[in-house]
Amino acid sequence: MTATQPARPLSPDISVKPLRTLPSRRKPFFVELWQTAVGKKWIMAITGVMLMGFVFAHAVGNLKMYLGPADFDHYSEFLREILVPILPRTIFLWLLRIGLIAAFVFHIWAAASLTAMNRKANAPYVSRRDYVAANFAARTMRWTGIIILLFLIWHLADLTWGLKPIAPSDWTRGEAFNNVTESLERVGVAIFYVIANIALGIHLFHGSWSLFQSLGLNNPRFNKARRYFATGFAVLVAAMNISFPIMIQAGVVAG
Amino acid sequence: MPNIAPDPLLNPNAPTGPIDKQWNQHKFDMKLVNPGNKRKFEIIVVGTGLAGASAAASMAQLGYKVKVFTFHDSPRRAHSIAAQGGINAAKNYPNDGDSIHRLFYDTVKGGDFRAREANVYRLAQVSVDIIDQCVAQGVPFAREYGGLLDNRSFGGAQVSRTFYARGQTGQQLLLGAYQALEQQVSLGNVVMHTKSEMLDVVVKDGKACGIVTRDLVSGEISSHSAHAVVLATGGYSNVFYLSTNAMNCNASAVWRAHKKGALFANPCFTQIHPTCIPSSDEFQSKLTLMSESLRNDGRIWVPKNPDETRSPDQIPDEDRDYFLERKYPAFGNLVPRDVASRNAKTMVDKGYGVGPLKNSVYLDFADSITRLSAPVIGERYGNLFDMYERITDENPYKVPMRIYPAVHYTMGGLWVDYNLMTTVPGLYAIGEANFADQGANRLGASALMQGLADGYFILPYTIGDYLSGLLGTQPVPVNDPEFATAQTALSSEVDKWLSVGGTKSVDHYHRELGKIMWAYCGMARDRNGLEKALAEIPALRQEFETNVRVLGSADNVNQSLEKVQRVADFFELGELMCRDALMREESCGGHFRVEHQTPEGEADRDDENFAFVGAWQWQGRDTPQELHREPLEFEFVHLTQRSYK
Amino acid sequence: MDLHLKIWRQNGPDSPGRFEDYDAVGIKDDMSFLEMLDAVNEGLIEAGREPIVFDSDCREGICGTCGVMINGQAHGPQKGTATCQLHMRKFHDGEHITIEPFRAKSFPILRDLMVDRSPLDAIIEAGGFISANTGSAPDANIIPVPKTAADAAMDAAACIGCGACVAACPNSAGQLFTSAKIAHLNLLPQGQAERWSRTENMVETMEEFFGSCTNYGECQEACPKEISIDFIAYMNRDYIKAKTKNRKLIGQRK
Repeated sequence: MTATQPARPLSPDISVKPLRTLPSRRKPFFVELWQTAVGKKWIMAITGVMLMGFVFAHAVGNLKMYLGPADFDHYSEFLREILVPILPRTIFLWLLRIGLIAAFVFHIWAAASLTAMNRKANAPYVSRRDYVAANFAARTMRWTGIIILLFLIWHLADLTWGLKPIAPSDWTRGEAFNNVTESLERVGVAIFYVIANIALGIHLFHGSWSLFQSLGLNNPRFNKARRYFATGFAVLVAAMNISFPIMIQAGVVAG
Repeated sequence: MPNIAPDPLLNPNAPTGPIDKQWNQHKFDMKLVNPGNKRKFEIIVVGTGLAGASAAASMAQLGYKVKVFTFHDSPRRAHSIAAQGGINAAKNYPNDGDSIHRLFYDTVKGGDFRAREANVYRLAQVSVDIIDQCVAQGVPFAREYGGLLDNRSFGGAQVSRTFYARGQTGQQLLLGAYQALEQQVSLGNVVMHTKSEMLDVVVKDGKACGIVTRDLVSGEISSHSAHAVVLATGGYSNVFYLSTNAMNCNASAVWRAHKKGALFANPCFTQIHPTCIPSSDEFQSKLTLMSESLRNDGRIWVPKNPDETRSPDQIPDEDRDYFLERKYPAFGNLVPRDVASRNAKTMVDKGYGVGPLKNSVYLDFADSITRLSAPVIGERYGNLFDMYERITDENPYKVPMRIYPAVHYTMGGLWVDYNLMTTVPGLYAIGEANFADQGANRLGASALMQGLADGYFILPYTIGDYLSGLLGTQPVPVNDPEFATAQTALSSEVDKWLSVGGTKSVDHYHRELGKIMWAYCGMARDRNGLEKALAEIPALRQEFETNVRVLGSADNVNQSLEKVQRVADFFELGELMCRDALMREESCGGHFRVEHQTPEGEADRDDENFAFVGAWQWQGRDTPQELHREPLEFEFVHLTQRSYK
Repeated sequence: MDLHLKIWRQNGPDSPGRFEDYDAVGIKDDMSFLEMLDAVNEGLIEAGREPIVFDSDCREGICGTCGVMINGQAHGPQKGTATCQLHMRKFHDGEHITIEPFRAKSFPILRDLMVDRSPLDAIIEAGGFISANTGSAPDANIIPVPKTAADAAMDAAACIGCGACVAACPNSAGQLFTSAKIAHLNLLPQGQAERWSRTENMVETMEEFFGSCTNYGECQEACPKEISIDFIAYMNRDYIKAKTKNRKLIGQRK
């Protein structure tokens, strides 16, 4: 048998019919990965890392809020000016955005198709299951994911696009600090923010551990550290994000 | 030397000449099947333990078309998987003076001179290749830090020649063979039939030509034909009901072959394993064996006072009787299995037994733990200690284990010649199913060796000698009247059991049979007891056949129906075992006749009258089997009384 | 002790199943779980009712034949223990025990508690072996295998193929079983020649039958041999590598 021997058809002694057929091989690399669940999980992990980078940078950037309106607006202006004059204004930002959109799309698409696959493979128990290891975060990934997606759309409409009535009534393009504070001074909005970011934290708690497994990054030397990293990361991001509505509500940050 | 005339029915076909050349010469003398012709031959293999899986895989690799049958849901589940200790091979890696000749010598002597020399020598020779083969397949044997293979010594041997994979050697070897087999399945060279129980051999014109099976899920009875049939169906320890064999181990395949003309050799040679967990009550479904390797570091003792009430750790050394060390200073706790077992039984019978039922002896690790520390002992036996604790709820790091002997291996089986063919041409028996290599007692770590030797390195060659004579013939078609007759007989047998409509479960009768067998044909036997058993078994069988209750139907999964057929065969086999034990007026190996012991209570062998293989021929249901004798010559190992003093 | 059992009864793969209640009386602490079921069956036979069908063989926790869901856990509450090695002293008098077969779409129920696990064999057939025809092996000590590699391979090879990992997984994924075999063979020098085709073929065959891994970790808890999900990570890594390496190897093969 050579190293690249293809899989053979199932032999007759396998009395169970497969749920799906083997994917065909030797297509473009990412297409091949996309055909299998292990490959899709890998893509989910990679896109997850991209999104983690985004949420982290986004949260850190927003900490400028505590430095005052000038710093905050300067930061938001800076984002548009990255790599100027190599590239024209906002081009790099758009590249980032396109990358992020792609990451979101593939992350969600993979999740949806894997969920469908798992539903097909599963025969539910009639009696109650007693889970030992599967924690709340792991079992609610798809629900926290949906909350985050809805929040994201709302968040974009609120602060990026200024779509009323989601956005505050005096939303103005370019006045980032004012927009944020105006928006989060609304109590309902602030509560929604907090809930969404708790969901994000829960999602990250499982996701940023799980990605190591999906990418195959394991070693007895740092296996424990993976859990610490995930917990730390989830708490840090959630805490930073949750601090904004709370501080605005508390009047510490005011427009 | 025995004065027994060779029996024409039992031609061993063993080569002559210098013993170390015999196998090579024999391989050269045998007729070959050329590679192009091999695919024209079909072979049926029944059973997928070490012997069956390795034989099926090897023959498929050679090009034969192989059909494999197992009653399990997967070929990986055969009971070879439960072997713990290891596998012997004369590699002499530890440089402690081992050699093929020494392994041969030890095996013949360990078997108490009731095995065929030529077979045993061949076994020792190919043992070396087995390790090579298994390592190449990826069996994760234990290694030294330098990356080379580790060895350990094992009950009854004075050299370290045992290769092991933690306490799961049998599992790893079986998975190796199973994986090789599954590769051949995927290549289409082997057709696998799972959940298919073989219930008859079909013989046409004096040759085995196929089998009849029952599908254990659908109940369908079907016929399968081939040029040759190989039985690798294991031993019959479950005739005792309580044994260390798996629940489903049974003798039906070999027994039905016996009824179709294959002679059954040395049925009374059963091995009792010394280190098992004692039974705790009637409900117990089976006994659990713990590896004999425990005896390497554990000391066996009983309190000197039979009415001892102190807990074992409170009993000082002077109040303990280390009876094996006392009686056998040279080998101590490492005497062969039969000796260790019998001595434990003697102590328990004398009232020195320990535990709530006073049915066991202590196996104590306290000294080794002091000498080597608990972690070292844990590394060696951790999984066994865990298992012991799971079953008994006692922690062997703190309190001594309690052990008692249990039946776990049967040296007897279908009589086979040097080519592993039974007295029915075309019907082969390999592994524990045959009688060949272990004599009257098997040494530790030799069962795995024999199963794999037969399957990987012997049968794939010797079967060609028979098949070459069939070149140009087709297997008997399955619509042949012989198959139809067998199928009809089997379905009426099934209907018969379903229509008995009695009151007691199959297990009830199996348990009762087991009690008779253990009492009269167990560790120690005598004429009175055996005669009593020969009277009680037919009576119990009579009751069984008229009063057993098998519910359900034949066209669905029906575990009672599976069992009732197996137990029916056990009844007939149990009777034969007692008859054989009664015939053999000597003590040898696992067969201990109370009338025949030396003044010190050791086995008293009678080489003059009993240096033969006793093979029984079926004469019909109501006539006792007829005995045929294959004389055993010992040219290379001199007949001596075994002494482990 | 006396117990109240709720056991799944089903006549065949296509018939509807249901829970039935049974009382197990006079159960002793030293009984194994399956011996308790044996006792229930004896009672059923006496009462003229068909006994409960369940699979078991070695009853030493090594053959992998047995396995049921006990109170919602594969192989019951004791960690690292197969159903046959679970003893009744882990339960208390009057306890209610629910017994259900292992479930997954690819484990159809044959009868009562007995399921068909042949997809596990399909995964092995796809590549769970090292091709070494009998007789062609070099001397066993020709390739030194570092003790650590041999030990790690043995950890993975301890898998008994019972299917508890699939049964415990909310997605019915076969990752732990598959990765244990892949890791066993891929960790050893002997397994290198077929490493990449083995990984690709076994993973993709697995996915024909089972769900995907969402890293719940239930399989590891249910595994009677306590096989670690670290092997799943190892398999994932090897799978991605295999996807690149196999393409390269094909490129070399003009």
